[in-house]
Amino acid sequence: MNKFQREVAITRNEPVARDTYALRVHFPELSAIVEPGQFVTMRVNDTLNPLLRRPYSVSRPIGDECEFLYYVIGKGTRILARKRVGDTVNILGPLGNSFGFNGDYETAVLVGGGIGVAPFPFLTSRLVDHGKKVVTFLGARTAEMVLSDNLVNLQVATDDGTAGFHGTVVDCMDDWFGAHSVAKPKIFSCGPTPMLAAVQSWSLGRGIPCELSLESEMACGFGICQGCPVEHRHAERTYALVCTDGPCFNAEDITFKRP
Amino acid sequence: MKTSLDIGSLHLKNRVLVASGTFGYGTEAATFTDVTLGGIVTKSVSLEPRAGNPPSRIAETASGMLNSIGLANVGVEAFLREKMPPLRELDTAIIANIAASSVNEYLEVMKRMEDEPGIDAYEINVSCPNVKDGGLQFGTSCSATAEVVRALRPHTRRPLIIKLTPNVTRISEFALACQEEGADAVSMINTLVGMSINIYTRKPKLSTVTGGLSGPAIKPVALAKVFEASQVVSIPVIGIGGIASWEDAVEFLLAGASAVQVGTMNFIDPDTGVKITRGMEEYARKTGLDSLDELVGAMVLPEGASAPGIMKSSSKGHD
Repeated sequence: MNKFQREVAITRNEPVARDTYALRVHFPELSAIVEPGQFVTMRVNDTLNPLLRRPYSVSRPIGDECEFLYYVIGKGTRILARKRVGDTVNILGPLGNSFGFNGDYETAVLVGGGIGVAPFPFLTSRLVDHGKKVVTFLGARTAEMVLSDNLVNLQVATDDGTAGFHGTVVDCMDDWFGAHSVAKPKIFSCGPTPMLAAVQSWSLGRGIPCELSLESEMACGFGICQGCPVEHRHAERTYALVCTDGPCFNAEDITFKRP
Repeated sequence: MKTSLDIGSLHLKNRVLVASGTFGYGTEAATFTDVTLGGIVTKSVSLEPRAGNPPSRIAETASGMLNSIGLANVGVEAFLREKMPPLRELDTAIIANIAASSVNEYLEVMKRMEDEPGIDAYEINVSCPNVKDGGLQFGTSCSATAEVVRALRPHTRRPLIIKLTPNVTRISEFALACQEEGADAVSMINTLVGMSINIYTRKPKLSTVTGGLSGPAIKPVALAKVFEASQVVSIPVIGIGGIASWEDAVEFLLAGASAVQVGTMNFIDPDTGVKITRGMEEYARKTGLDSLDELVGAMVLPEGASAPGIMKSSSKGHD
C-alpha cells in the first residue's frame, strides 16, 4: 500500500460541535486510495514542540479532499484549531487497515463514543453502497457535543441526558436490541478504550461479530517504533501493533490491559 | 569533497546513519524515503524473540519522548531469515545491533550473524534502560562493558561499535575501556532514564514507570558526552541524541563525532536522515571543505578550556 507524506492546503477548518472541529484538506493522492477505518498522522508545524505526529481517522473523502474531525484537547489540536483556509498541515498516510465491512451480515451496527465517531461518515457511505442496513449508536458527554452529520438511523446517548438516551452508549444499544429485531448484525465500534472494552464484552456475550477500532499512543504510525502494542491472541509474540496490524481488530482477538 | 568515513572494514558513504529502533529493519520506511544514508543500524536483535513491554510504551514530553519498548524483536534466527534479505538489497551499510542479558548471549547472537554476508558491522547495545535483565546492568559498569567487548573481540573481524549510556558519571571512562578492549568505535548516547506522570490518574504514563528519554530535548546532553569521550579516545565516536537538522549534525562533528545517527526524528519525518546528509554536504561545500573530516573535533575552545572532569586530564594530575 502506498503512503504519502505531503504538506497539504487546508480548505475548511471550523467548529462543528462544542470543542470539535472539521478539518478538510486538498490531498488527491490520499482521497483516491483511503479506505474506511484508515488513519493518517499530522504534524501541525515544523517546530519541535509538539514533537510527534498525531493520528487522526479519515472521516470522509470528498473528491480530491479529505475531511477529519478533531477535539481541541492538547497543544497540537489548539495549534490546528487556529489554522485558516489556505494554511498547510503535514499529513502522512493512509496508514493502518480498514474496517472489514464486506462480508456475510445484514445490519451494520455502528457504535461510537465521543470523537470516535470520526471514521463513521466514510464507513456509512460504503455500507450504504454495499446495500447494508445501518444503525448508529453515538455516545457523547452532552447534547452540544453530538456529531450527527453524514450518519444514518442515529440513536444518541448522553452522559447528562441532555439528548437522547440518558446513560452509556452500550446501555442505549442494549435497550434498542431488546426492543427491535436486528437482522444478522455486525458491530463496528470506535471510541475511548473503556467504551470499546464494554462493547467487546457485550458483543462477545451475545455472539455478535464485532470489530473495534483502537486508539493508542504512537510515535511513528507505520510500524517502526513498536510503541502501540495491543495484546492479541494470534500475535506471534503476544502483541499486535495498533498502527500496522490495526487500528481495526476483531473484538475476540484482543485483550485490553491498561496499567 | 570527501563525505565518506571508514571505520575498519566498515565503509560509510556519508556520515549520517539511522539509529537502532528508529528505522525498523530498514524496509518499513523505505516505502516513502529513498535510502541514501551512510548506514542503517537495525533494531536490537536478541537470541530469542522478545515480546517487549506491555502498553503504554510511549509518552511525549517537551521536545522529546519517553519510550519503554523493552527490546521487542523477532530474535536472531528470524532476523537472519526474514529481515536480512531485503536489507542486503539496500545500497547502504548495514549495522546489526545486538542486545543480550548475558555475555554469552551477546557472543551467541554475534556468532550466528557471522555467516550473514550482508552485515557490515555490529553495534553492541549495553545501554537499554527498559529491560530488567541486561542492557544497563552492563552499560553502567565499566568492567562489565569491558568484559562484553573482550568476549566478542576475538570472534569477529567485523567492526565492533559499542553503544554507550549517558546514565553514568564519566562516559569517557567507558569509551576508553571499550577502546582498550579493541572496539572500533563507540556510539553515544542511548536514552536518558526519565519518567512522566498523569496528574489526574496519578499513574506513571509508562507501564514500566521509567523509560528512556530521546529527541531534541537531550541534544545538549549528548553533545557534552560526545565532547567528553572524544577528548579521551582515538577511535571514532558516533554521535546520537536529538539530531533533527543538518545544523545539529554539524554541531556533533564539531564536538568530536566522526558520524551521527538520527533517531527519534525518523518517527516524525522518515526523510530526516536524507535531508541532513544533503544539508551537511552543502554546508561543507559552501565553506570550502575538502572533507567532512575537517569538521570532526574542530570546535574552537576558549583558551584553557577542556571537558569538565574527563579522565585524560584528571589522570595526568592537572586540570
